[in-house]
Amino acid sequence: MARPPIERSPVTTEAPEAPLTTGPPPEPPKNPRAIAWARRRRSFGRVVRIYRRNGMGMTGLSILMFFLAVAVFAPLIAPREGLDPTCTCTGPPFQAPSLSFPFGTDDLGRSVFTLTVWGSRISLMVGFFATLISILIGSLIGIVAGYFGGWTENVLMRFTDWGLVIPFLPLAIVLASIIGPSLGVIILVIGATSWPSTSRLVRAQVLSVKSRPYVERARALGAGHWHMTTRHILPNVGPIIFANTVLLVAIAILSETTLSFLGLGDPLSISWGTILEAAFAAGASTAGNWWWLVPPGLAIVLVVLAFTMCGYALDEILNPRLRRR
Amino acid sequence: MTLLSVRDLEVEYATNAGPVPAVRGVDLDLRAGEVLGLAGESGCGKSTVAHALLRLLPEGTKVTGRVLLDGEDVLEMRLGRLRAARWGEAAIVFQGAMHALNPVRRVGDQIVEAIRLHEDVSEREAVGRVQDLIERVGLPGRRSRDYPHELSGGQRQRVMIAMALACRPKVLIADEPTTALDVMVQAQVLSVLKGLQEEFGLALLFITHDLSVLMELCDRIAVMYAGRIVEDGPASIVFDDPAHPYARALASAFPRIGDASDRGAPGGLGGDPPDPQRIPPGCSFHPRCPARFEPCDRVDPPLYDAGPGRRAACLLHDPMYAPQEARA
Amino acid sequence: MGTRRYVAGKLAQALLTLAFVLLFNFILFRVMPGDPIALLLRGSGAIRPDVIAELERDFGLDQPLPEQFVTYAEDTLTGNFGVSLANGEPVTQRIGDRIWPTILLVGTSTIASAVIGLVIGIYGGWRRGSAFDLGSLGFTLVAYSMPEFWFGILILMAFAGGVGFFPSIFPTGGYQTAGADLSGFGHVIDVLNHLFLPWLTLTIAYLGEYALIMRSSILDVMGEDFVTTARAKGLRDKQVLWRHTVPNALLPTMTLTFLSLGFVFAGAITIEYIFSWPGLGLLTVEAIDDKDFPMLQALFLLFSAAVIVANLIADLLYAYLDPRVRAS
Repeated sequence: MARPPIERSPVTTEAPEAPLTTGPPPEPPKNPRAIAWARRRRSFGRVVRIYRRNGMGMTGLSILMFFLAVAVFAPLIAPREGLDPTCTCTGPPFQAPSLSFPFGTDDLGRSVFTLTVWGSRISLMVGFFATLISILIGSLIGIVAGYFGGWTENVLMRFTDWGLVIPFLPLAIVLASIIGPSLGVIILVIGATSWPSTSRLVRAQVLSVKSRPYVERARALGAGHWHMTTRHILPNVGPIIFANTVLLVAIAILSETTLSFLGLGDPLSISWGTILEAAFAAGASTAGNWWWLVPPGLAIVLVVLAFTMCGYALDEILNPRLRRR
Repeated sequence: MTLLSVRDLEVEYATNAGPVPAVRGVDLDLRAGEVLGLAGESGCGKSTVAHALLRLLPEGTKVTGRVLLDGEDVLEMRLGRLRAARWGEAAIVFQGAMHALNPVRRVGDQIVEAIRLHEDVSEREAVGRVQDLIERVGLPGRRSRDYPHELSGGQRQRVMIAMALACRPKVLIADEPTTALDVMVQAQVLSVLKGLQEEFGLALLFITHDLSVLMELCDRIAVMYAGRIVEDGPASIVFDDPAHPYARALASAFPRIGDASDRGAPGGLGGDPPDPQRIPPGCSFHPRCPARFEPCDRVDPPLYDAGPGRRAACLLHDPMYAPQEARA
Repeated sequence: MGTRRYVAGKLAQALLTLAFVLLFNFILFRVMPGDPIALLLRGSGAIRPDVIAELERDFGLDQPLPEQFVTYAEDTLTGNFGVSLANGEPVTQRIGDRIWPTILLVGTSTIASAVIGLVIGIYGGWRRGSAFDLGSLGFTLVAYSMPEFWFGILILMAFAGGVGFFPSIFPTGGYQTAGADLSGFGHVIDVLNHLFLPWLTLTIAYLGEYALIMRSSILDVMGEDFVTTARAKGLRDKQVLWRHTVPNALLPTMTLTFLSLGFVFAGAITIEYIFSWPGLGLLTVEAIDDKDFPMLQALFLLFSAAVIVANLIADLLYAYLDPRVRAS
């Protein structure tokens, strides 16, 4: 017996669209290592694509590119002689901004614009190298602790915890005072005091990688420590270290600024921190010489902001636990 | 009398990847004293339905249709009225597993909070009622002073049931209450629930993916797939003789102990439920359907009459497409 | 009892860390490259050998290293930090003279920072994506990227020195007006007047940290089932926020906020320097200039100990607030 349908009448729909493609298929790989690297190249490409869509990340990157260009092309933007107080290109001291001196002059008549441009070199350089040291120490400790576990891990993590507890600035001050003020010391001091956060992060990641099935299988097949570390651990820990690195550079630049400001840097070098130190010591704040104080500080804020934005963007993309937010 | 009546319920989540239609037109009826089971695999939208009934979905979610609670449309209620209806007229029991209860407050206090919110009673009287409720679900009254982590999974679940009944609602929605529990504890919780339902004459909507649980508890069963109801009818009939191929697969996946005809490997179903953003054309079940035939991939079946008091959304029951197969 | 074991464990850890810091401090000054005496006399030109020998005896440097450490440990535990090289006074005395202004400044600004920061974080997380949330996130990001002393310099310039249209309404530094012999209420007002700008700088510089931590925590908690249960019970949004979400979000925030105390000390050093606020921070900067190693050693120990104690308090507070920790 036929029954009429009692709800809505049937709906006819079209076939689904063709599946999305992501480019031409890769050529057939030759060996397992090539397969792994081909896959990593594809992931890298995917990360770049996602990053490009991240507004915060792209803004940060553009600011960074700008300052890197300023640092690299400094001689073309502002003549180096401008840093020399005896140069004839200097003007009257404590001058507010004018056409010939867009950021005004300091107590020696030097153009603050020139100082700020050249200051970028030291500030960025110290930031990079200090972070490099920090990352090397931190990653090494984190990988060794996570990989070997047991006693080694306990001892190393105990050191890391201590490193985290001791307040940074008092420690840096003490170290720099003993060794003597210089740029190298600052780089070393910042590097030697900021590795704990990296080692914590790296160890956590190593532990999670270690427990993955393919790693256990590799070990069952008799893979040695070197093989495990370089082929399995490092490639999986690499991205997180990279995101962490970017954030650390931001902190390193801030630290250099503070240490230089307190007089622990090289008094003869020009960095944004030493400019501020000289300005404050010369009474620029009470005298209202804002043009001497604002540009270097603003430069610091922008650069640190840029690194932080890039770091957060990378963290969002690369750190599996942060996806949701 | 029908206490809960849902018509054309549609829910669309707003996500970073675009809108996700989790519920695509659901009709339900729940009468006083009746137990209606809502079954389906994970992701079919049944939990979303439960949340939608009391407007508990996150902000930004699009909910359309009508949810008539004792005649009033929940979706149209003003906030003040909604808050009174919540718990006072309809209460929901979540999976008591880990964090359905506030970890830093004693369980008794959490129930007292519910009571004093809806009724003008003194603290003392509320505490007394809480003791009584705790005992009704089979726990010693002093347990109301415990923190959630001091209770086992089954005990927490029973506390959640006690809390749900605190304001004497007419409708109870149970969203996967036994899923995280092991079998023995499950039986305990189910018997408590059944007992209370009978005692208070509650209208109970029981949501789960475990069809065998529904068999013994429910009067009627509705089966959901990909955001829609694909079959509903009296419990025993739906389980013994399903009209929709999906319901049949679901039922056969649970072997019945003691039933000789059921011997042999339990049936199952290959494939996975569809991604809500990529629902197949025609009948949403057709890619996995063993009874698939020609029109299934272009015609989307509504719920057809499939016998006394039962419906199935399958073209096999449409006389136009399958005249010889349509059940009388 | 679980609590006693937990407290004992945390106490032991703190003491171990303190012991490590003590050892580290010792190694720093005795084992570091360079002869301690040479460090002291750097820049002083040639010194007669018998003076050097006497200095060595004074500092106990003619003893073997382990004995030196024992002496050092004994001295430290009895509060003897040696003599300041700047003016010959005992280090402990100079620290004692300067400790109150730092406590005043750091104490009041930390409290203000924490309270304002936490509230901003709560509302930002609760109304995620709103204009307030995005605005406060942006502000936090910028404040985080700014050297706190640069911000202090700008504030000093604007409100004390006066530049452009900014009025010069606050003193340019110091603890009290030099020469004015005020007492009682007048003195308090004078100090507060001098305190305001450094306090403002420190508060604004660090409230972003607290806001971010709290916001994170709130977002984590909001996703938990018990928040939905609270809404389902009929509580108003504000009640759900303050009675259920915030208490649970506060727990992890506690530990993290105490951990950030280390950063506040760093800030105090530079801020006190800028505002000539006569506290331990300014003392540190003076000690750098004077190459006053006994003073630097003592200050380093003091700062480290303060942070260790703060962490200990945080751990104990966490145990007190979270019933789950007490039970384990």
